[in-house]
Amino acid sequence: MIDISLAHYLTLGGMLFALSVVGIFLNRRNLIVLLMAIELMLLAVNMNFIAFSHYLPLAQDRMAGQVFVFFILTVAAAESAIGLAILVVLFRNRATIAADELDALKG
Amino acid sequence: MTTISALFYLFSAVLLASSFGVITARSTVHAALFLVLAFFNASCLWMMLKAEFLAITLVLVYVGAVMVLFLFVVMMLDINTEELRVGFWKAFPLAALVGVLIALEMALVLMGGFRVADAPLDPQVAKLGNTRMLGIEVYTNYLYPLQVAAVLLLVAIIAAIALTLRERKDSKAFDPNLALRARKADRLRIVKMAPVIEVASLPAAPATEPGKDGAKA
Repeated sequence: MIDISLAHYLTLGGMLFALSVVGIFLNRRNLIVLLMAIELMLLAVNMNFIAFSHYLPLAQDRMAGQVFVFFILTVAAAESAIGLAILVVLFRNRATIAADELDALKG
Repeated sequence: MTTISALFYLFSAVLLASSFGVITARSTVHAALFLVLAFFNASCLWMMLKAEFLAITLVLVYVGAVMVLFLFVVMMLDINTEELRVGFWKAFPLAALVGVLIALEMALVLMGGFRVADAPLDPQVAKLGNTRMLGIEVYTNYLYPLQVAAVLLLVAIIAAIALTLRERKDSKAFDPNLALRARKADRLRIVKMAPVIEVASLPAAPATEPGKDGAKA
């Protein structure tokens, strides 16, 4: 058994991302699970950043990956807070969160 | 197999299984709890990558705040989950094809080119610790992005409150500001009216009539 390399972590991130893409396909009607799948995608991206920051050969560049994850976590928290607020307002007005019934916006 | 690789495979397996649970769970509450499990395992993996501060932050911020928010919203809204799952497995063949394609392509590329061995730990990090190094980095080189992130969080707070705040029509709330600004003239209206005097009806006295007097004279 070989030792765990950078490729293992990157492959794990890729598989996590693929799983969340499948989740978006399957739960195309349930908005809450769609938001959760987006959270999983962000987790996969963060996994790659942390793996790169650990395995990068230059020591002085390593912290940059973790700083990026820090900011992505901030943005993800803001995104989910606003997304859920929009969801609550939507449910109050339309009494449904099925994504295919939200067709009131005429282009 | 060393302990490290055994732990990596264990955490990865639980992470992928719980992500699969998130996207296929019948009830949305179960999906949220599976997501909590996934975040815990990701946090363990980050701990193995020596990113201790971010691992703890992931648990505190995601499991402690964001997932609780998700659970609150799921439980507050009265959602018919069965209705939302109509035709759930209809898209599965296409989705599985796309997902397997993505995973296989990525694994092919990554397993070929990124077999980087574990780099030795930076002596500065070993001396100061991960949290301290991250703090130095954030507060010196990334100070301006940090402030932008703070403004972003403020905007998110205000937006979330402004979106969900609503004026209830049947609310009996008391507004002190309006009460302080009320003047007597707003509430009390003094109406000038002509006085109404009731004329007392005189008793029928045997008074001498002027006509009779004139006749006498």
